[in-house]
Amino acid sequence: MARGAFRRYSTYRAATLAGTFTNTVFGVILASSFLALWQARPHLGGYDQSQAVTYIWVSQGLLVTVAVWGGGFQDEVQDRFRSGDIAVDLYRPVDFQGWWLATDLGRAGFQVLVRGTVPLLFGALVFRTRMPEQPLTWVFFLLSVLLAVLVSFGIRFLVSITGFWLHDSDGIRSVMVVVSMFFSGMLLPIALFPGWLGTLGEALPWASLVKVPTDVFLERSSGATLAGALGFQLGWAAALLAAGRGAQWLATRKVVVQGG
Amino acid sequence: MAERLIVADGLAARTAWAVRSWWLCARMWMRSMAAYRASYVLGVFSGIAIHALDFAVLVIMFLHTDTLGGWSLPEIAFLYGTSALSLGVANLLVGSADALGQRIVAGTLDSMLVRPAPALSQLCAERFSLRRLGRPLQAAIVLVWALTALDVHWTWDRVLLVPVLLVCGTAIFGAVFVGGATVQFWWGESKEIQNSFTYGGATLLQYPPTVFAKELVAGVVFGIPLAFVNWLPSLRILDRPDPLGLPTAFQYASPVAAALCVTAAGLAWRAGLRAYRGTGS
Repeated sequence: MARGAFRRYSTYRAATLAGTFTNTVFGVILASSFLALWQARPHLGGYDQSQAVTYIWVSQGLLVTVAVWGGGFQDEVQDRFRSGDIAVDLYRPVDFQGWWLATDLGRAGFQVLVRGTVPLLFGALVFRTRMPEQPLTWVFFLLSVLLAVLVSFGIRFLVSITGFWLHDSDGIRSVMVVVSMFFSGMLLPIALFPGWLGTLGEALPWASLVKVPTDVFLERSSGATLAGALGFQLGWAAALLAAGRGAQWLATRKVVVQGG
Repeated sequence: MAERLIVADGLAARTAWAVRSWWLCARMWMRSMAAYRASYVLGVFSGIAIHALDFAVLVIMFLHTDTLGGWSLPEIAFLYGTSALSLGVANLLVGSADALGQRIVAGTLDSMLVRPAPALSQLCAERFSLRRLGRPLQAAIVLVWALTALDVHWTWDRVLLVPVLLVCGTAIFGAVFVGGATVQFWWGESKEIQNSFTYGGATLLQYPPTVFAKELVAGVVFGIPLAFVNWLPSLRILDRPDPLGLPTAFQYASPVAAALCVTAAGLAWRAGLRAYRGTGS
């Protein structure tokens, strides 16, 4: 399944190219504004200037890969709700959650290769960025991105499955975009949030999407804190996937009641 | 509608007919969207919230500093309000045009072409949704706050420039939406590139020009003239030096830029429609 999804996404070359261009444009705009902010306040939030700029390029690379904005399999599930095919899906001999997870991992695998690397390379060429000093950091970073995809999938699966009760999960999805963009640290590093907002942001699952992988990439966490950060992601991934499983069980029962 | 099937003559009559067609389609879509009520209400509120978030990020930045690129928070709020309001209104009116590529692939563009109403009007009103009111509403609130918080010596030309700026900014963004959609006649998947000029452009214009490299600023003055949306007139209104040192006339030239953009987009649309060949059925 995952390999199929990887191939499917890799056929949309022109769309991928266009999307990468957009990531790069936003990267330039945001990196410039961050530079201005860090010029006024060096070492803000514990980031130096090159770290702040690198933060932008890594997060632009992550945006689509970990689907901060939502999407991926969600669009397909939404279409299947509208057409009613979703009821059939639940009775296929493959596991519903597992099926979509495999698809999403394939998608992410393709996107990390293209939409993850191109903006980062561009950023490294045009701006003064900070690449990992330890080679091992790259391994931890990729592991952290994988966990981020799992957490992101867990959240998106729960959102999509509300469609069984609401018939249309678009509204919830648009609320989730807001929460996700803000609390992932996509718009601004969580370290810059004031007071309790920062504490809250660090504890919520969305921190797994952008904050933790960028911390790993910038080598802001090492040793015990690194293990803690990855454990944080793993914990949320497990909790969310379990919750998704529970919701799926409830949904299956509901469909039986409704459709016979 | 059946009462007016014959194509009208003259530019004014044709424009009026195009606007009326747009309105009829838009009204139809509003009624159809009202079927999913809970989802719709959530959509409007989250629309306002997501855009408010953009501004919240700026406010959080200003918790840590007094100026960004030498500009104060009310000044940046003015840039933010004008940019987001122009983009928001343009998106509400013609933003749906960016689905052209999908319509070509699905073959539904052909059914628009045979209807007795201008295809561009139908395309722009397609899936029209008041959900898109969120952005202009939120931007208007920020703009009003900025205008009260700004310390500006309001001469008559500055007062006049504000509404001119908003109208011209909307026209320029509208032209970018339609012009960008036209590219999809030739390259169906260019939608995302267009996003970087519309949404990316609006984000760019929220920050002062002093933040960016001079080449980039020059690019949006002489290339895709987004600088005329708010940067150039704002230099006049806020009495700021031009980082490029352009003549003062540029700061009043937004109507010229807007007229050029709209003409270019219109011509491109015609050329695209002429080049389009349906696949038949």
